[in-house]
Amino acid sequence: MKSSRALVNMPSQVAPGQVVSVRTLLAHPMETGLRPDGQGRVVPRDIVQQFTATFNAQPVLQAQLHPAIAANPYVAFEFVPDRSGWLEMRWSGDGGFEHIERARLEVTPAPR
Amino acid sequence: MTVRLTVGPIWAMQILAWVMSGALMLGAAASAQTAQALQADDALNPGMLWVLQGKDLWERADGAAQRSCAGCHGAVSSLPMSTAAARHPAWDARTHQPITLSQRIEQCRVRHQGAGSLAWEHPTRLALEAVVAHASRGQPRAPLDPRLASTAALGQQWWNTRLGQLGLSCAHCHDERAGQALGGVPIPAGHAEGYPIYRLEWQSLGTVQRRLRNCQTGVRAQPLAPDSPEAVALEVYLAQRDRARRLHAPGVRP
Repeated sequence: MKSSRALVNMPSQVAPGQVVSVRTLLAHPMETGLRPDGQGRVVPRDIVQQFTATFNAQPVLQAQLHPAIAANPYVAFEFVPDRSGWLEMRWSGDGGFEHIERARLEVTPAPR
Repeated sequence: MTVRLTVGPIWAMQILAWVMSGALMLGAAASAQTAQALQADDALNPGMLWVLQGKDLWERADGAAQRSCAGCHGAVSSLPMSTAAARHPAWDARTHQPITLSQRIEQCRVRHQGAGSLAWEHPTRLALEAVVAHASRGQPRAPLDPRLASTAALGQQWWNTRLGQLGLSCAHCHDERAGQALGGVPIPAGHAEGYPIYRLEWQSLGTVQRRLRNCQTGVRAQPLAPDSPEAVALEVYLAQRDRARRLHAPGVRP
């Protein structure tokens, strides 16, 4: 199974009812399968096909990615967590590619 | 193409005036702004993926010596490491030659880690260069070592030399016509403060020498060999030309 590296930008602590903004960048070539290499042979397609985000095993976002998306795809989304927990982000694609990132999110009342 | 507009309908004149006033933003100009926005935000800057990889490699033991970069240099953000990119290209007292940041990383790997030699633009070398350059972010470029004066002069000579079938020198575009457009694309002034850069056209990170090769093939010249004395001299001249400009690696360009 191939893996990669990803940058995830999100707060670690939010107040109840607050909108959480999550921004992710994944290192991936997103090879379209339509380009010839230096020798004229077509480079096999190698793209991320699916992105899923779950919070405490509850689905938050599911996205399908296509060959027209540039290398190193950026996915951003927002959600409102009901309680503290783990956000799991999973990218999967061609050639058995899978990359998983987990991030802890604490929902605590704002200090007065 | 010559446009002859002796007498025309008034609306055509108005559209022409509007286009010429620059109210219509050209696609390339818009993409330059997008690139700036990507560069300004680390959560959006794809170059940070290489910095992330570089941070990991910095801590990892490698080579026959099983030593990591951090084992000798400490944290990449600590002095003097955090000014290394601002001090390169430098003079290598041992080989009595100029040395670029990328070459220094390669030399350090081979000499002190006992690791295998890496090709130019090898992903590992590129990631290490990215993390070191990122650590120097905001630093002004240090004054050039006086021993590099003759190399900088050679680089300047290359800068001013007409190259390729188009017979253009670097200076023709990047000194004389900076800010004007080439096929609708704005010509930059050729400052090298953001390297290694993430170029949207490449969809990848690349060194200043890769960028120079781009221009060299653009004027239909035989590109300079990577790390050749001429390519290094151009890099040294660019550093001299950029004196005191602040670094901001990894840059993002269209």
